[in-house]
Amino acid sequence: MAKIFIYPGTSLILSDLVARFGHTPLGAAMAIRERVQTAGFESPPLQITPEEPKKGLKYAAVEVPSGVRGRMALYGPMIDDADAAIIVNEADLSFGCMGCARTNELLVFLVKKRGIPVLELMYPRTDEEGIAFVKRIRDFLENLGRKE
Amino acid sequence: MKEYIPVAKGTVTKYVFIESVSMTPGDLAIRAYEISQGAMIKETCFGLQVTGTADEVDRIVGALRALDPDHIFVKDRGFPPGDPRRCRADRGGARPGFHGHEFEMSLIRHVSAGLEHIREGKDSEKTEPAPAALPPEDRDKKLDASRLKKIIEALES
Repeated sequence: MAKIFIYPGTSLILSDLVARFGHTPLGAAMAIRERVQTAGFESPPLQITPEEPKKGLKYAAVEVPSGVRGRMALYGPMIDDADAAIIVNEADLSFGCMGCARTNELLVFLVKKRGIPVLELMYPRTDEEGIAFVKRIRDFLENLGRKE
Repeated sequence: MKEYIPVAKGTVTKYVFIESVSMTPGDLAIRAYEISQGAMIKETCFGLQVTGTADEVDRIVGALRALDPDHIFVKDRGFPPGDPRRCRADRGGARPGFHGHEFEMSLIRHVSAGLEHIREGKDSEKTEPAPAALPPEDRDKKLDASRLKKIIEALES
C-alpha cells in the first residue's frame, strides 16, 4: 500500500479513487484532523499555531507570507512522506480550503522536484473522459504496486 | 491565550457522498443506523457523515459502499460533524469546503461511468459499439430507465 499525495488536497474524487484502489490518500483532512484533535492553546479556526509558519520555513523562504508557510506546514510533511502523487490540473476547485494560489504553485513544484512518480490529469467533462480518467488512475496505482 | 480542549478526540470522520438513481441519502442513513455499533451517523443532503473509531468507521463505510459501489464516494473529514468552526448553523452561508464538493459532485457521474466500465470488464474494448452496430436482438431490448436518465443528463450538460 503506497501513500499517494493528492492535489487538490481536498478532492473527493481523488481521495475516493486512491482509497478504492487500495492505497492511502494524503490530503488536507488528515493534517487538519491531527491539529484539531491535539490539545493546546486555542488558535481558531484550524488550530494553526504560530509554530506552524516556523515549520513551513523548511519549504518556503522567510520572506514568503506566513499564510503560505502555515499551509506548507500542513502539506510539506505529506509531500515528504508520499510515494507518488496525483495532480488534477484545473484551477476551478482551487479556492476555499485550497484557496492560496501561491501555495498551490509551490505544492506542484515541490511534488515534481521530489522526483516521485506523478500522474497529471484534467477533470472529466464527459463519460468517455470519465472512463479514461478512472483507467489512468487505476493503471498508475497498479503499476506502483508492481514497482514495489 | 485560552486552553483548547479537542472534541471527539481519537475519532475519525468520513463523508459518504451518494449520486445514485437507485438510492437516496435517507436509504443510506437507515442502513448505516442498522449496522452502526456506537458510531455517530449524520444524514446530510449529499449523503452522510460517519464519526467513530477508525475501525468502526471503515467497517460501516465499506458496508455502505457495497450497496452501490460505482455511485457512493468516500472522503476523510478533518472536523467532527457540527463543529462550530465549520458548521453553517453557526456561521451562515455555505460551509467552507462546500463549493469544492459541489464542483466535484457535478462531475462525479462521469467518474461513475468510468467505474462501471471497469467493473463490467469492458477494459479491453477500445470503443463502445454504436447503437446501429448492435445485433437486432439487442436493438429490440427495452431501454433501461437509468440509461435513459443518463442520456437526458448528458444532453442537458
